[in-house]
Amino acid sequence: MNDPWIQTLLVLLILTDLVMLGSSRVGKCIRVIAAQGVLLAALILALNINSLNGHVLLLAFASLFVKTFLFPWILVRAIRRADVDQAVDPLIGFGPSLLIGALLMPLSLWLGTRLPLPDALASSLIVPVALYTMLIGLFLLVSRKKAITQVLSYLLLENGITIFGVALLVKVPLLVELGTLLDLLGAVFVMGIALFNINQTFEHIDSSKLSFLKE
Amino acid sequence: MFFFLFGLCCLAFGGVGALLVSSRRWSGILGAGGALVGCPIALIPVLEVLFRGEKLAFHHGWSVPYGSFFLKIDPLSAFFLLPILLLTAIAAIYAVGYLEKEEKQGSHWLFFNLLACSMAFVVVARNGILFLVAWEAMAIFSFFLVSFEDEKEEVRKASWIYLVATHLGTAFLLVFFLLLGQAAGSLDFDQIAAMSAHKTLPSLLAGTLFLLAIVGFGTKAGFMPLHVWLPEAHPAAPSHVSAVMSGVMIKTGIYGLLRMIPLLGKPEIWWAWLLIGIGLSSGILGVLFALAQHDLKRLLAYHSVENIGIITLGLGLGFLGVAVGSVPLTVLGFAGGLFHVLNHALFKGLLFFGAGSVLHATGTREMDRLGGLMKAMPWTGATFLIASVAICGLPPLNGFASEFILYVGAFKGVGSFGVLQSLPALAVLLGLALIGGLAMACFTKAFGVVFLGEARTEAAENVHEAGAFMKIAMVALSISCFLAAFLAIPIVKSLIPAIAEISSLPVETVAAQLPLATDPLLGLLLVTGILTLLFCGLWLLRKNLLSGRSVELAATWGCGYQRGSSRMQYSSSSFARPLTELFSPLLRTHDEITPVEGLFPKGARLKTHTPDLFQEIIYRPAFKAILWAIARLRWIQGGNLQLYILYIAATLLVLLIWKL
Repeated sequence: MNDPWIQTLLVLLILTDLVMLGSSRVGKCIRVIAAQGVLLAALILALNINSLNGHVLLLAFASLFVKTFLFPWILVRAIRRADVDQAVDPLIGFGPSLLIGALLMPLSLWLGTRLPLPDALASSLIVPVALYTMLIGLFLLVSRKKAITQVLSYLLLENGITIFGVALLVKVPLLVELGTLLDLLGAVFVMGIALFNINQTFEHIDSSKLSFLKE
Repeated sequence: MFFFLFGLCCLAFGGVGALLVSSRRWSGILGAGGALVGCPIALIPVLEVLFRGEKLAFHHGWSVPYGSFFLKIDPLSAFFLLPILLLTAIAAIYAVGYLEKEEKQGSHWLFFNLLACSMAFVVVARNGILFLVAWEAMAIFSFFLVSFEDEKEEVRKASWIYLVATHLGTAFLLVFFLLLGQAAGSLDFDQIAAMSAHKTLPSLLAGTLFLLAIVGFGTKAGFMPLHVWLPEAHPAAPSHVSAVMSGVMIKTGIYGLLRMIPLLGKPEIWWAWLLIGIGLSSGILGVLFALAQHDLKRLLAYHSVENIGIITLGLGLGFLGVAVGSVPLTVLGFAGGLFHVLNHALFKGLLFFGAGSVLHATGTREMDRLGGLMKAMPWTGATFLIASVAICGLPPLNGFASEFILYVGAFKGVGSFGVLQSLPALAVLLGLALIGGLAMACFTKAFGVVFLGEARTEAAENVHEAGAFMKIAMVALSISCFLAAFLAIPIVKSLIPAIAEISSLPVETVAAQLPLATDPLLGLLLVTGILTLLFCGLWLLRKNLLSGRSVELAATWGCGYQRGSSRMQYSSSSFARPLTELFSPLLRTHDEITPVEGLFPKGARLKTHTPDLFQEIIYRPAFKAILWAIARLRWIQGGNLQLYILYIAATLLVLLIWKL
C-alpha cells in the first residue's frame, strides 16, 4: 500500500514547499516550481505504475513540459524584460514563515484524516500533502509583496490541486485535468504580460502599492 | 391571456427597439409606438375580466426553486391593470412631446416600457418568487427613470434615497413571503389561500405577517412615516414618469395589501384600527406638508401621500367591516378605496402633466417664480384646474365620486353599532372632512399662485403653450376624469367580484349593498353636472354678448392703482401662512427673516423652508448612527491586496474546518 517511492516523492514535495517558504531570491523560487513539476510528473507515473496507459503518459508529459520548462521560461523572460530585482520582499519574514509552515503541517494532517474520500488511496500521506501545498500557496499569496511572487504562489496552489487530482485520477476525467493545465497556461501568460505592463507603467511591481487606488 | 402577454411583448420590444436605433426620432416612434400598441391590446382581456367577471390564468414551467410562472387576471388584478395600462399609454403620448429635445431617448423608452411591463406583472403574478422578481424589476426600472437627468446633483441624491427606501421595503416583503411560505408550505398564492381557508394561522404569526406587509407594501405606497422617498423622487423624475409613479406605481403597494391580507385569515380588529390610523396620519400630514411647499412637484408628491391616506382609510373601513361583521361598511369601504385608486391615477397623472408643462415652458418648479400662466397656457391651465377640482373631491368630478362612497360607508359605520366600534368610523369622517378642506386650500394656492395673477419673473412671462402631444395627453385625462365620475356606477359594479373575494362574502350580498351609495351619488352628480353645464352655457352667452363690444383688460391686482408690481401679490408661502401657522408644531417651518428696519429701509427678505418632519426626527438621526457604526468598521477595508486574500483564505479555511 504505502509504496516507498510514492512516500519519498511526497516527502520531497513537502520539502520543496518549505524551500519555497524560506527562499529569498525570486530565481530560486522559480527553480523550486520547476522542480515540483518534475516531482509531480514522477508522482503521476508512480501512482499508476501498474496501469500505464496513454492518458497517464500524456498527463505526465504535459505536466512536465508546462510546469518544468514552459512556465519557468515565461517567468524568467518576464523578469528579465521587466528588470525586476531578485529580492522576494516578504511581508512576513522568512523565519516566521517557516514556523507557520511547520504549524500548517499538523493542520493539514488533521484535515486529511477528516476528509471523507471515496476509497483507499495509494498513500495516506497524499491528501495531507495536497492540502499542505495549497495552504502554503495561500500563505505565500498573503505574505509576499511582489506581483511575480504572487504568480509563483498561485502556481504552488495549483500544484496542490494537481496532487489532489492525480490521487483521484481514476475518477477525474483526463479532459478536466488538461483543462486546468490549459487554464493555468493562459493565466501565466496573462500575468507575465500584465507584470511587464505594470512595470512599464508604475516602474515597480510591488502589489502592496496597489492600495493607492483604494476608495 | 394571449392578448395580454402579446401586449406586454409589444411594450418590451418597443422599449428594446428604441434603445437599439440610433436616431432620436425613431427611438421615440418605436418606444411610444410600443406603448400605444401594447397597452390597448393588453387592455382587451382586462376589460373582459372586469365586465364579464371571468378569470384568466396562464401557467408555465419555471425551474426556480419554490417558484412557478403562474399568472392570473382576476377582477382585483384587472381593476389595477386598468389604470396601469391606461396611464402608461397616455403618458407615452405626453413623453413624446416632453422629451422632444432630449438626447437620451433610447434608454428612457427602454426603462419606461419595461416599468409598465413589470407593474403589469406585479399585479398578475400568483407566486411569491415571481411577485418579488417583478416587484424588484419595477423598483430598478423606476430608479433608472428617476435618475434620468443624472447630471444634476439633486437628482442623483433623490434617486439614491428612492433606491434605499424601496430596497428596505423589499427586505420586509422578503421576510413576509418566507414566513408565509413556511406556514403554508408553498409560495403559490392559490395554495396559500387554500391553506388559510381550512386552517387559521396563530394570531401572533398572523399579526407579525400583517405588520411586515404594512411596512413592506407601505414603503412603496408612501404611508406617512415611510413616505420619505416620495417628496424627493417625484420632483427629480421627468414629469410623465412622476405621473406614472405617483398615479399607478405606488398603488401596487395598495394592491399588495389587498391581495395579501385576506390570505392571512380573518382580519383582527386592531388591523383595521392600524390601517385607519395610518390613513389619517398620511392623509392629514400629507396635505399639511403639501400646503407648506413652494416646489410645485414636491407639493404634488405630498398630495400623493394624502391620497394614499384616503385609499387606506377605505381599506381600514373595509377590514373593520370584515372584522366586526358589518356588510355595508365592508362593501362601501373597499368600493370607495378601490375606486379612489383609479380616480387618483387619473387626476394625479393630469396634475403631474400640468406641472410638467409648466416646468417645460418656464424651466422652474418654484411656484414663487411663476404666476399668470393662464394667459399664455390656457390648455394647461384649464386641465390643471379640472384636476385640482377633482383632487379636492368636488362634484361633478371623479374625486368626489369615490370620496362620497367613503363618506356614506363611514356614516353607516357610525350609526350601526356600539360607541367603541363607531369610533374609527367617526375618525374617518372627521379626517376626510379635514383632508378635503385642507386640500381645497392647497390647490387654491397652487392654481392661484401658478396660473393666476401676474408673472413674477421673466421666465414666467415669455412662455409658450405645451406642444400638441402634451395637450392631447392632458385633454384625454381631463375627459377621463369626467367619464370616471359619470360612469361611477358601472365601474363600482365591476368591483363587486373583487370585493366579494377580499371579504369572502357572496357576490349577491355585495351587490345588494352598493345602491346605498350609488343611488344618492348619481343624483348628486346629475344635479352638479347640470349646474356645471348651465355655468358653461352662461359663460358662453356672456362671451357671445361681449363679442361685439370693447373689453378692457387691466393688470391683475391693479385695483385702479397703476404702480403695482408683480411682487405685490400673494406668494405661495404667504397664502398658506394662516394655515401653516395653525399647525406650526407639526410643520416646524423655518423662517429666515431680514426685517424692515429704520425710516429708510434698505432691503427686507423672508425665506421659509419646511423640512420633512419624519426625515428630520427619525431617518436622518438613524442613518447618521448607522454611518457612524459602519465607519468604525472601516479598518477592515485596508486597501491591501494581501490582506484581502487573507480574508478569503481564512474564511475558506474556517468553513472547511467547521464543516468537517
